Amino acid sequence: MDHLDELESKSVHILREAYAAFENLCMLWSIGKDSTVLLWLARKAFYGHIPFPLVHIDTHYKIPEMIEYRDRLAKEYGLYMIYGENKEALDNKQTYPDGAVSRVECCRKLKTEALTNTLNGTWPRYRMNLETGEYEIDKNTAMYTGVIVGARADEEGSRSKERYFSPRDKNNDWDLDDQPPEFWNQFKTDFAPKTHVRIHPLLDWTELNVWEYIEREKIPTVSLYYNQGDGTRYRSLGCAPCTKPIKSNSRTPAEIIEELKTGALSNIAERSGRAQDAEDGGGLETLRRDGYM
Amino acid sequence: MQESMNIVTVGHVDHGKSTVIGRLLADADALPDGKLEMVRENCRRNSKPFEYAFLLDALKKEQAQGITIDTARCFFGTEKRQYILIDAPGHIEFLKNMVTGASRAEAALLVIDAARGVEENTRRHGYFLAMLGIRQVAVLVNKMDLVGYSETVFEDIKREYADFLGKIDIKPEIFIPVSGSCGDNIARRSENMPWYQGRTVLEQLDAFHAKPSAENLPLRMPVQGVYKFTGGGDSRRIIAGTVESGFVSAGDEVVLLPSGKKTTVKTLEVFNAPTPERFSAGQAAGFTMERQIFTERGEIVCKAGEKLPQVGVRLRANVFWLGKDPLTRGKTYHLKSGTAKVEMRIETVEKVVNASDLSYLTRQHVEKNEVAECIITLDKPIAFDLAGENDATSRFVIVDNYEIAGGGIITEAMESYDYDTRNIRWSAGGITKEERRKLLGRGMVVWMTGLSGSGKTTIAQEAEKMLIKAGVPAYILDGDKLRKGLNSDLGFSEDDRRENIRRTAEAAKLFADMGAVTIVTLISPFEESRRQAREIIGGAFSEVYVKASVETCASRDPKNLYKKAYAGEIKNFTGIDSPYEIPENPDIVLDTEKWSEIECVELLLGEIAVKAETLYEDE
Repeated sequence: MDHLDELESKSVHILREAYAAFENLCMLWSIGKDSTVLLWLARKAFYGHIPFPLVHIDTHYKIPEMIEYRDRLAKEYGLYMIYGENKEALDNKQTYPDGAVSRVECCRKLKTEALTNTLNGTWPRYRMNLETGEYEIDKNTAMYTGVIVGARADEEGSRSKERYFSPRDKNNDWDLDDQPPEFWNQFKTDFAPKTHVRIHPLLDWTELNVWEYIEREKIPTVSLYYNQGDGTRYRSLGCAPCTKPIKSNSRTPAEIIEELKTGALSNIAERSGRAQDAEDGGGLETLRRDGYM
Repeated sequence: MQESMNIVTVGHVDHGKSTVIGRLLADADALPDGKLEMVRENCRRNSKPFEYAFLLDALKKEQAQGITIDTARCFFGTEKRQYILIDAPGHIEFLKNMVTGASRAEAALLVIDAARGVEENTRRHGYFLAMLGIRQVAVLVNKMDLVGYSETVFEDIKREYADFLGKIDIKPEIFIPVSGSCGDNIARRSENMPWYQGRTVLEQLDAFHAKPSAENLPLRMPVQGVYKFTGGGDSRRIIAGTVESGFVSAGDEVVLLPSGKKTTVKTLEVFNAPTPERFSAGQAAGFTMERQIFTERGEIVCKAGEKLPQVGVRLRANVFWLGKDPLTRGKTYHLKSGTAKVEMRIETVEKVVNASDLSYLTRQHVEKNEVAECIITLDKPIAFDLAGENDATSRFVIVDNYEIAGGGIITEAMESYDYDTRNIRWSAGGITKEERRKLLGRGMVVWMTGLSGSGKTTIAQEAEKMLIKAGVPAYILDGDKLRKGLNSDLGFSEDDRRENIRRTAEAAKLFADMGAVTIVTLISPFEESRRQAREIIGGAFSEVYVKASVETCASRDPKNLYKKAYAGEIKNFTGIDSPYEIPENPDIVLDTEKWSEIECVELLLGEIAVKAETLYEDE
């Protein structure tokens, strides 16, 4: 087994543990490369089937190609595809692009609040009808008690402290100072009412591992990650107003791998194109404590 | 693709673990550009002296307190391999985090402050490394600059600590004198300690050995789940789990423990990849079975012919406790080992060990951060190995309320069954609780076809007894008996035989509708009429072919029928002067020439349980 095989097996093991432990399980799919790798791993774990919903938080400021790609894959793989949103903030134009709030506040409203209320079932969940391709209100409003997320330990400081199974309290908060022990492949699968557990199958993967796996498995990824001819590409995807492409000529996963290993990117932080991070004092800690993915 | 290795740094608080890692990353040129400058700049702005430890202490709160609260991971590589460095906290308050960090590692760097010497957690961490199964340890005597790079100080610490480690059976790989803040012997050789000619820390990392593969040990694959996803016409029933040791291939005879059921691996299953020859230790695996048996999460797949794990409900273990509330006798906890989760109680605390000086005392509870030898009793049997035999299957965690609050390694089976399928299953009444739950209220028809004397009635009666004993309604519809009542107007012409089957199927359906496991024993020699029975009954139907040759059946001849048929006293006797059409697609074959009666009953109960599971899932 090479290192990628080991990572794959560990992630599949974690996904199967999560499936066994949580009756109301879902997986967050941001459309980005990490959660797409996660989606792929879930198909491996369950032999081409994904026995739980995929949840996307739609800020409606996502780059349009992301949504097209999401809906195409959902149909192709026959996914139980859900999206949630902060309708009130969007209707009242309480967003950064509307000039109403700061970037961090906008993230809090459109992502964190939307996520919290979609996960606990308070706000409507929209489910894709696989026959028509249209989204309809999902009848299942039960709180998701297990939430699979594509976070990686190497992304930034606070994530390096995550557990594979990480509890969130009633308010969705992460108590960093009092995390449960986790050892010997035994995970926190018991939880109090109204709390839930975040599950991180990709914790041990690096950005490079993710690209190497995409290359090896030929995983379809959104075209925004690749240079389309103008000498730029996205390294990390988010909302259009707050995500900037980087200068890069990489057109394929193989070229990105080469670029990460030796090129100009080997010394630049992965999320350097994400403006809200800088506004949050250099770390995502404030947003993450509150439940940001 | 390079190999990778997890390394943990442990040691007493403030002995400089984070500094050593920070320095290692900086000197090995493994930091992103500008990171070092950024941290230096931060320090200047906040008017505090720069420390290498700040590189790791990414969290704001941690920097304020100056101690590592949780484990932080950083990644770096040498030409030999990729490393994940896990920085574990040294403060006693955060022992659970140290355990979390250390349990992920294949080797440890244990840091001792040269000026302060061996302290409480230096020893405690050593003890925990031993319990967690970390066998490669390099001891770094740090802050040598503060003791004038004195060889005597180094040698004294080395002697004292090696002596302690010897008592807990750890033989450290090496002692290295270092200075994290000055960079001595971290990534480059120190000019301040010419008396030390051994490896630097960086060299030692590459000298650690990769974890030996568990592939040479007996197969242990804890079942994570039995998957039957019917979407897209998928009819596979896949046993899924991670191979913890050994390997499994198609065609292997496997035994599932604790139930003791046996089957043969039919196909190895993967998604979007070529089917492998085998699944080996460390691989996430899945396979289909030749003979369907009911199994569930918590069982361990083992290989027939290899050393099997023990099965029991009472064990002796070394336990470490991390919970806020003490571990006490009488209270009910959960024990999780592999994928098994059972209720447990502490029967006796034999002794409580002080991990920092190895003294011990006898009392009947275990406080937070203590280690103890205990006898544990379980409410249901689990399969396990002993410490030293197999890491994965000798370890367990204890769940108190919602939290993992302790861990342990099994040192002795207090009451071990000599492994025997029949004993385990028979003593459990043949039906597990889970099977019973799925069977209740789900009537079905088990249609046993086969020659006269093949063993249908004998097997059916034994299975019926087992089901009733477990509280599951079961009833045998015997073809011979029906011919004396319901079907007494029918003879043996083709039409009458067909009508005989139709009536029997209709009657069986009524019993099944009422919720009974209805076992029909009927020669039913024609494929066409068995198909008719299946149509009448619908989904809750299993065709069981009880297989034995005419010669065997004739030699058994329990009712002296063959003798009469050979003598011409009976006409149209199936197998003699009337054909028996071998079932083309039976749900299960019970070969009574190959398997004992008890094994056939076992297989039949398995088929019934699997059917119940399918019916249960369809609801």
